[in-house]
Amino acid sequence: MKNKYDVLVIGGGPAGAIAAKTAVEKGLSACIVEKRPAIGAPVRCAEGIGKEALHEFIEPNPRWISAEMTGAAIVAPDGFLMKLESKFAGNKVGYILDRKFFDRELVWRAAEAGADVAVKSRASAPIMENGCVKGAKIESCGQITKVSAGVVIAADGVESKFSRWCGIDTTVPVREIMSSVQYLMADIDIDAHTTVFYLGNEIAPEGYLWIFPKGERCANVGIGISGKKSGEGHRAKDYLDRFVKKTFPQGKAIECIAGGVSVCQPLDCTVADGLIIAGDAARVVDPLTGGGIYNGMYTGRLAAEVASECIEKCDVSKTALMKYDKTWRASKMGKAIERNYHIKEYLIRQPDTKLNEIIHSVSKLNLSDFTTLSLIKEIIRVNPKLMLELGTLAASIR
Amino acid sequence: MLKVHRDICGYCGCCVSVCPEGALELIDAYLCIEKNCTSCGVCAKVCPLGALEVADEK
Repeated sequence: MKNKYDVLVIGGGPAGAIAAKTAVEKGLSACIVEKRPAIGAPVRCAEGIGKEALHEFIEPNPRWISAEMTGAAIVAPDGFLMKLESKFAGNKVGYILDRKFFDRELVWRAAEAGADVAVKSRASAPIMENGCVKGAKIESCGQITKVSAGVVIAADGVESKFSRWCGIDTTVPVREIMSSVQYLMADIDIDAHTTVFYLGNEIAPEGYLWIFPKGERCANVGIGISGKKSGEGHRAKDYLDRFVKKTFPQGKAIECIAGGVSVCQPLDCTVADGLIIAGDAARVVDPLTGGGIYNGMYTGRLAAEVASECIEKCDVSKTALMKYDKTWRASKMGKAIERNYHIKEYLIRQPDTKLNEIIHSVSKLNLSDFTTLSLIKEIIRVNPKLMLELGTLAASIR
Repeated sequence: MLKVHRDICGYCGCCVSVCPEGALELIDAYLCIEKNCTSCGVCAKVCPLGALEVADEK
């Protein structure tokens, strides 16, 4: 690690890795600092990503793809299962990744492209000058190094602290944190190519429970519930244990992880003087699905592109960096977040009886594909009231 | 006073994201509680594993 970089990236997840790689490809010097001793571990993710979304950044490789998905199923609160099949039998629609290896691959590629990487190295404070972020103090094995940077990209995840230290309120509302637990389960009877989502206030209040196959007889079995609904005796782990005991009594958990997934609106502003916030730290997780890998990579790349332009023009002020904020909000991703936030807000207010009704009605339709958007369109078609709830946003769905 | 049951904590950072004071920080596998913690208990509520507890001061 040197004392000066054009771009200093805090966090070695997908957002940080793509940001650093993009920066060096633009001819800048860049360094990723990761507080954990290993890239990719521990996993904090259900590991699902859409096929096209992944292809935008990297060609799939069996080394870090656990399983290919060809279908999905939604289980209503009353137990009714709605199966969604790909238009072409056997056509891949998504992947369940192996994040331990996927994240490593992304950081490895950033390193190959010329970025520096420092693990077990934690940004412990920003370096500020006249209100502008000029770098960070990096603690590594008891030593503190002052690293100055043209632009700092904070990609420090859901537990992000860096932007908060720079004066930005990143607090996630209690009702909008998905308190989550996941087991990697072995020796279970599953369809190895179908993701399953369970909905309902009894099974996963204001969230959902998932089975994401990792291979034959092996899957990520996890749950996210609203922080508002969490408490002693009724935590995410209590709900998940109850489900697992009933559904996979013979299954063996070979990994247990916890996590928090934000399903709030993104930060009001994702830039400051000398600072860009990307990925989960910017709260750009899809509020409906909880998916954040693509959004992290997208914002990471854009952050580095805008940083590069601004460094070249010798203006890294908030005003100049605002191009990043404006661009992602206007993007397909930004619009999807906005739309899905309102759909999530509608769905979490529905009682189980209404959720049953929605899922039963949609299942009668012949869905040709099952992107989140096509599913939403069908839900709206059979529930016109949702159109009113969405107000002006409804136009973006038609 | 906020107490971390370190044998239960999954060091996931869920609590850090909801802390209104910014008083929690996850340093690798170790959750730090800073002096400005007000023992409001929001973190204890959302913890997926039940590793946090607001204990009475004695």
